[in-house]
Amino acid sequence: MATLHLNNIVKDFGGTQVIKGVDLEVKDREFVVFVGPSGCGKSTLMRMIAGLESTTSGEIAIDGERVNEVGPADRGLAMVFQSYALYPHMSVEDNMGFSLRLAKVPKAERREKVLAAARILQLEPLLDRKPKALSGGQRQRVAIGRAIVRNPSIFLFDEPLSNLDAALRVQMRIELAQLHEELDATMIYVTHDQIEAMTMADKIVVLQDGVVEQIGSPMELYHHPRNRFVAGFIGSPKMNFLEVEVRGADAEGVEVALPGGDCRVPVAGDGVSAGDVVTLGIRPEHLALDEQGPLTGQIQVIERLGGVTSLYLEHGDSEWILVADGDVAHRVRDHVRFTFDPARAHLFTADGLALAHLERHPLVDIDRKENRASSASGGQR
Amino acid sequence: MRERTSGRTVGGFRNLFLQGPAVTLLLLWMLVPLGMTIWFSFQRYNLMMPSVSGFAGWENYYYLVTDPALWTAMGNTLLLVGSVLAISVIGGTLLAVLFQQEFFGRGIARLLVIAPFFVMPTVSALIWQNMMMHPVYGVFAWLSKLLGLPVIDWFSAMPLISIIIIVAWHWMPFALLILLTAIQSLDDDQVEAARMDGAGPLAIFWFITLPHLKRAISVVIMIEMIFLLTVFAEIFVTTSGGPGLASTNLAYFIYIRALLDFDVGAASAGGVIAIILANIVAIFLVRTVAKNLET
Amino acid sequence: MNPTTTKKLLLTLLAWGIAVIVFFPIFWMVVTGFKTEVQAIAPPTLIFDPTLAGYNTVIERADYLKFALNSIVIAFGSTLLALLVAIPAAYSMAFLPTKRTRGTLLWMLSTKMLPPVGVLMPIYLLSRDLGLLDTRTGLIIIYMLMNLPIVVWMLYTFFKDVPKDILEAGRMDGARTFQEVVYLLLPLTLPGIASTGLLAVILSWNEAFWSLNLTTSDAAPLTTFIASFSSPEGLFWAKLSAASTLAIAPILIFGWMTQKQMVRGLTFGAVK
Repeated sequence: MATLHLNNIVKDFGGTQVIKGVDLEVKDREFVVFVGPSGCGKSTLMRMIAGLESTTSGEIAIDGERVNEVGPADRGLAMVFQSYALYPHMSVEDNMGFSLRLAKVPKAERREKVLAAARILQLEPLLDRKPKALSGGQRQRVAIGRAIVRNPSIFLFDEPLSNLDAALRVQMRIELAQLHEELDATMIYVTHDQIEAMTMADKIVVLQDGVVEQIGSPMELYHHPRNRFVAGFIGSPKMNFLEVEVRGADAEGVEVALPGGDCRVPVAGDGVSAGDVVTLGIRPEHLALDEQGPLTGQIQVIERLGGVTSLYLEHGDSEWILVADGDVAHRVRDHVRFTFDPARAHLFTADGLALAHLERHPLVDIDRKENRASSASGGQR
Repeated sequence: MRERTSGRTVGGFRNLFLQGPAVTLLLLWMLVPLGMTIWFSFQRYNLMMPSVSGFAGWENYYYLVTDPALWTAMGNTLLLVGSVLAISVIGGTLLAVLFQQEFFGRGIARLLVIAPFFVMPTVSALIWQNMMMHPVYGVFAWLSKLLGLPVIDWFSAMPLISIIIIVAWHWMPFALLILLTAIQSLDDDQVEAARMDGAGPLAIFWFITLPHLKRAISVVIMIEMIFLLTVFAEIFVTTSGGPGLASTNLAYFIYIRALLDFDVGAASAGGVIAIILANIVAIFLVRTVAKNLET
Repeated sequence: MNPTTTKKLLLTLLAWGIAVIVFFPIFWMVVTGFKTEVQAIAPPTLIFDPTLAGYNTVIERADYLKFALNSIVIAFGSTLLALLVAIPAAYSMAFLPTKRTRGTLLWMLSTKMLPPVGVLMPIYLLSRDLGLLDTRTGLIIIYMLMNLPIVVWMLYTFFKDVPKDILEAGRMDGARTFQEVVYLLLPLTLPGIASTGLLAVILSWNEAFWSLNLTTSDAAPLTTFIASFSSPEGLFWAKLSAASTLAIAPILIFGWMTQKQMVRGLTFGAVK
């Protein structure tokens, strides 16, 4: 059992607030990802949970008990650092066993626990090496192994994959997901990479400027972003935005004016009325080439990835990114017409908040855990 | 509740506990003697004449500043510091460039050329006085005779220059040591880019190497200044400040007043003057270091 | 011969020429130590029968060993003390910096600006009144204080190079401050600490102002002993050279070994 509660957490660095009142509830065995642009406070928040930074105000509770005054060593957490922070003068085995040595665990027991962790991570052949003699991926594993050995109630990962090359990052991502399943532990993971967040998280916390913008499952953030920031941050390539005028709003949705004719987006229209300017947001993968489409643009750049092709379009001062099929034959400078499914479009009011969709996306409310429980007959322990 | 979290007050206590001993010791080391020096400098206080005592006012200072010996000593101090600094910085820079080049046995040659820095001042003074500059048996005298030149009695004919040579021999290798290390951190790409742009060796030295060394040179000047202002052993061992006052610097002047004349009052007044002089220099120096701290 | 080779040859000759000239006094001192007193003042020559007489005389004279022992005790004692006081201070400055840290560091450095002559009188009188005149304890304390700013500075420079993450990882692993220092910081910065210590030893070993002024015989280190050769009756060059060689050899070797690290620490990391 390990739950974590943050209650109106504030961090003040010499007069500047870097964390401005964060509330969060992390359930047992949940994989929570903090994501946001650099400087958003995600690492500071994690370091406060770890106890490496003091908390200016608010309460941090682990398993229901306030830990603000407890030092990092005694919170029962383990952390994997971005730089791995391996002890350069110790062998892999000593690195992994250091916490047990400090806890005065007898040598034999120590070795047993280190070996058990090494087995999970396939580190056995490397136990006598020094960190210097390891590759990036191996160091990463040792850092994780060091955390596992502590048998913590919560694992903290601070951008652990950002120093690895692309291929290794994908591999480690999968391994981390498997590890989460295997250890069945609560994990908190900080990253600036929204793909890592989307692929691994049960719950994503999007931060900006020390404020939580939205908390939700990956699909919820993708399909129901709460505001324009989240909409732009989650998803790649970035969502397209276009300022449009409202024609009218009713129970069926909001009617907005587009260059090629009006369009009804099925969102709750309370608070907007005809004449208001709102922002229409459509993901590049939700745009489709269509001879009859209401939108037009000239192709500026084409990126062919084989499976899909990204078209960078320009029309007047508006720019669009469109992800099309890999086989589109268009070339740079071509003029194309395109369309979209209004149900997949988003509208944001002038203050950046999204208008709620009338229907929730069917995948949003499926919990990954339940998913797992139903597919794997063993279910949860 | 333990003090592990680095809250402001708790962290403050920890710093106090950790830095306390060092800070207290240095504070005592600075304030007590300083206070005493200033106090003594206003007293009639001579160890040989215990009956003479009491408040002296500015008397000690008055006698000191009207004593031409003080000004000679000050002049000698500045001359000594200035010459040695010039020799060591210019020589050190040039030698650093030379010893940076690839040549046979470079490693050993470098060790030889920095060696004098590690020689204790009394030893270097004696080697130079006896084996190098001795008018009868010295190597210099022998060389002069070999070349048919007049033999120079270094310590009577040019005492201050002799001292400068000895001190510079000690400190130039130090400048070289620092500058050589600094020059090694010069990016090869930068030099190659300059060469591609058509820069010759002189232009590279002037526009690339020298600016790169600026910071190291300022550090050299700072450290050497601290030590050069108080050169003592070299004078003590060789000329004893003479002939006359020809090689007396401020440090030696105060030493004469203090431990030879036992005039604590006058010596302390001299000390205060030395401290003021050093602090004028220090203001400039500390600024330099502070700038280097920024990065 | 092509021009590059010629240039290289000239360069080699020039560099070696300078190296030999600069090193010559030391070399000559070592050589003279192997001569007899008569040869020592004869016209300079490298052709002679080397003798260990000079060294033997110096070593057999019991008081040489006493001076050497004084030097060793004072240099190492003051260095150990300085390290002991400086390590916690440098730790807190490097890893728990506050707004005052920079000021404190600069202030420490500025105590080095206080010229020893300026405080000669008080220190002399204090030493006399405390019975520390001509004692090893007296010099140990003074050298410790003299080197403390530089030692704190150098350690601070080396400590700052240790990634904070590693110490934080240690803290997460359950290390208390003391364990953090002993198990992580000290092993990681051992080369730096060693070179700091060696520099402090070198500075103490070679220090000549306080040793000349505050010691006469009992606690006199080698600097004082060597200075006594300057008196006329001490003009025995072979013996002087032998004694000098013995006095500088260990420090010269220390210095050669640690020069790189020393430069970095001495220049507060400004020169790498």
